[in-house]
Amino acid sequence: MILAEVESMLNTDIPTLVGGVALLFGIMLLLVRAIAGPTNYDRILAMNAIGTKTALFVALLGFITERPAFLDIALAYAILNFVGTIAILKFIRHRRLG
Amino acid sequence: MNGILLIDLILLALVLVAAVATVESRNLFAAAILSSIYSLLMACFWTSMDAVDVAYTEAAVGAGISTILLIGTLVLTGSRETVRKAVHWPALLLCLAVGSVLIFGTLDMPAFGDPNAPAQQHALYEGFTGQNILKAPGSKAAEDYEAYLATEDAAHSHDGEHAHDEHARHDYFHGHVPNQVTSVIVTYRAFDTMFETCVIFCAGIGMIVLLRGRRGNPMKGGLL
Repeated sequence: MILAEVESMLNTDIPTLVGGVALLFGIMLLLVRAIAGPTNYDRILAMNAIGTKTALFVALLGFITERPAFLDIALAYAILNFVGTIAILKFIRHRRLG
Repeated sequence: MNGILLIDLILLALVLVAAVATVESRNLFAAAILSSIYSLLMACFWTSMDAVDVAYTEAAVGAGISTILLIGTLVLTGSRETVRKAVHWPALLLCLAVGSVLIFGTLDMPAFGDPNAPAQQHALYEGFTGQNILKAPGSKAAEDYEAYLATEDAAHSHDGEHAHDEHARHDYFHGHVPNQVTSVIVTYRAFDTMFETCVIFCAGIGMIVLLRGRRGNPMKGGLL
């Protein structure tokens, strides 16, 4: 009953909203790790995880706004994130991309 | 207050934290990574603002290639900032002045999510917008939009009868290619697209020439 009232007040589905806020809370924790992180690898890991969260966020927005095409965009983000992290790690290890 | 608006506000707070941390960080590697995180968060925000193309460019350029170029520079120069400069007061004042003029300029713009704004009215029923309209619920435009969605659903529920109407209904491009993106890029903006492609091609050649290093001495300089 209360949930329905809150839902009508926020004009959004409660589960998707909770999902979004939880996702942003996760991003916040990762941001703290990226700022505080003692080593460089903590920061790279935080960046990679935030990239994953970005893909999830795009997919979630697709669910909220009922546009399933957003899932494809989320997949593209996931690929981009993977390639970017590999490139950064390679750069640190070999000092060049080749 | 709308739920998506709540998510937007939290997201913007995170963007602000990432930006301040990028500027304040004295470890330059951390600053590069934090600027990448800033771009990823901005990509989230652009997606939420219904600008998916901008978001994708932000993620690819800001979080992808810019970070790699920054780290490439750090490999050559070292990743510690040695001197902490004092605040340059004239520059700060100039920035504040320009910023306040810009904010003053936005005062004439319609309120955020206003369904009567020209940007919302123009392509209202083409399926592009709607996300921002629903952030201002209860208005007439939002109700119109929901009614439109309902009729759209009804039309799709018995597709067999409407198979012939499909093109007539979506023909906003005067008989050009039915795909909206292709129609705009290839028919309406063909010259624009062609010269954009030329510019990007030249930029690519320039980047390869700059990054390749010297001929005959491949170990010296060059990132590629």
